[in-house]
Amino acid sequence: MALPKYTEPHYRIWHYIYLTICGAVFFFLIAPLFVIFPLSFNAEEFLSFSDGMKSLDPDAFSLRWYKDMIYGTKNPWGLAAKNSFIIAIFATIGSVILGTVAALGLSSRHMPYKGLIMAVLISPMIVPLIISGVAIFFFMAKAGLAATHTGIVLAHIILGTPFVVITVTATLSGFDHSVTRAAASLGSDPVNTFMKITLPLILPGVISGGLFAFVTSFDEVVVVLFLAGLENTTIPIQMWTGLREQLSPTILAVATCLIILSTLILVTAELLRRRSERLRGINR
Amino acid sequence: MSSETKQILTTDGIPLEVSLKKAERKNKIKAFLLVAPLLFFLIITYVFPIGDMLFRSIDDKMVTQMLPKTFKAMETWDGQELPGEEVFAAFHEDFIKLVEDKREGKLSTQLNYTKNGFKSIIKKLRRKSKSFEEGNYKEQIMSVHKRWADVEYWRAIKRRAPEFTSQKYLKGMDMYVNEEGKIVSVEEDRRIHRVLWLRTLEIAFFVTVFCFLMAYPIAHLLATLPMKYSNLLMICVLLPFWTSLLVRTASWMILLQQQGIVNDFFVGIGLVADDNRPEMMYNKTGSYVAMTQILLPFMVLPLYSVMKTISPSLMRAGKSLGGTPFVAFWKVYFPLTIPGIGAGCLLVFILAIGYYITPALVGGASGTLISNQIAFHMKSTLDWSFASAMGLMLLSGVLVIYWLYNKIVGIDNIKLG
Repeated sequence: MALPKYTEPHYRIWHYIYLTICGAVFFFLIAPLFVIFPLSFNAEEFLSFSDGMKSLDPDAFSLRWYKDMIYGTKNPWGLAAKNSFIIAIFATIGSVILGTVAALGLSSRHMPYKGLIMAVLISPMIVPLIISGVAIFFFMAKAGLAATHTGIVLAHIILGTPFVVITVTATLSGFDHSVTRAAASLGSDPVNTFMKITLPLILPGVISGGLFAFVTSFDEVVVVLFLAGLENTTIPIQMWTGLREQLSPTILAVATCLIILSTLILVTAELLRRRSERLRGINR
Repeated sequence: MSSETKQILTTDGIPLEVSLKKAERKNKIKAFLLVAPLLFFLIITYVFPIGDMLFRSIDDKMVTQMLPKTFKAMETWDGQELPGEEVFAAFHEDFIKLVEDKREGKLSTQLNYTKNGFKSIIKKLRRKSKSFEEGNYKEQIMSVHKRWADVEYWRAIKRRAPEFTSQKYLKGMDMYVNEEGKIVSVEEDRRIHRVLWLRTLEIAFFVTVFCFLMAYPIAHLLATLPMKYSNLLMICVLLPFWTSLLVRTASWMILLQQQGIVNDFFVGIGLVADDNRPEMMYNKTGSYVAMTQILLPFMVLPLYSVMKTISPSLMRAGKSLGGTPFVAFWKVYFPLTIPGIGAGCLLVFILAIGYYITPALVGGASGTLISNQIAFHMKSTLDWSFASAMGLMLLSGVLVIYWLYNKIVGIDNIKLG
């Protein structure tokens, strides 16, 4: 943002102060993530930069923590990663199906008690997680689902659906309902219309809602802490235990992998958002 | 002409109005059926359990069910002097039954919550009661221990008669019902919960303020920069947003530790001595710094989406009408961003007030919040009814904030992402 030539000096100074503040805030936001990356290649067991690393000595860097993460004896990461992916995938599928169908109903103009129902549907997002954790734990304990994969998947469906409902409802708000009427008038049954007409049009919204649901489940630790037994350990639980007991560089190796994963998800989500905006004809 | 003759009929002879209503109802049912699976799923697995929490938090049936006859006999007792023989006899009868079921231990624990000193005298009563003779139970029970002859203890038993209690809620505010049945506060040095509530509010408030102060300039920059630069900078906001909470907390643990990079930097520029590195983690500072950074994107995104819609010509108009840039900003730009400020502050405050993971890891003893206390009672003391009571107190706080927000700003004005 270049200043016009005629700007008075003291506004110019203000402008540079403003830019400096912005720079500092961006640094504060993003820098912590980049600390993890180099330290995960540390050859030593310390969580600070060794003198060798500061002078970029190749011997000071190694992949030993990545090896430890994958091959280490008694290491929990393999099981945790497997569980995390299984749980997140099923939770995403569940959230997407339930959430999309509900969003279709919600965006119909015939829907009665819309406000109240919407409030119930997005309540898991509003209620503090710790309370959701306690409530869901009580339910799962009564239903005999505590410490099972099913229980955790159901819990994550509860937490994930609000995101799907919100993104899909937003996509449907710009949806031209006359195309479904056109399909119906041409003899298509509702299911066929949905699969052939509606779904392809709202797909970006569905997928980005699904991504939210996936990340919510993959990242979720509060509710899982109440629900999980030893068998159902997930990556967040292992991270949590590791961070509480002893900060080892292996955790940083895992963290680096997670950052890479979230970068991929971010890129996908952004591409989808832009595509969706293009499809809906919103030009910002 | 009456209105009936004017009625329009559809081709199959049904009045149009009726036919339309029928179609309308059909559409309503259709829409509702689509929402129904998720709605019922959430009601069963989520809304009812929250109701269950409410029930648990006030439920006090245990003692009521253990001493049914005693409480029946006590109904006529005024609580001034020692109860009569019939109460003692009923208590004896209930107690023998409990001993048979091996449940007298539970009774002693429960009564001990109400008044200290029940544990030992119930143990003693169990031993002695085996050799009790029939009749005159009052004398026999009183001879077991002098506390059984103390009216205070019988009053304590009577206080457990109701099936419901507000005791857990009072405990959450460091209050209790004293011997005379009045609600009083616990001694000053034992008011741990009030300290926690205040600290939770304080941390949530300041984190919101810090987030606002930091997010406003960068949201403004993002909204006014040309697209190709702002997209790049937006990644700086979105990447932390999508990154695991635990990863971000871990990075703060590395940065803030005593031998960590922040401390190294302070030593490097000579701000602190090498042997006098400040503790920046496991205290409030840790909670403040980490929570501010983690919640910052939730403030930036709503602000950005509001600022994006403000036309730059408004500021130019303000300036051309003679306002200095500051006046133009304050009178024109700032008021237009208020919906974004409201949404961002609401989001951050509500997320902060229920925060659990980050304070537990970097907060230490002085930086933990009410959520940590709830988790502690769920996992360690197993006092689930107390955890439920605290959870519901927190929840009602959150709902009050939403309600206030809706009154002041209007929930419809919220804009996300």
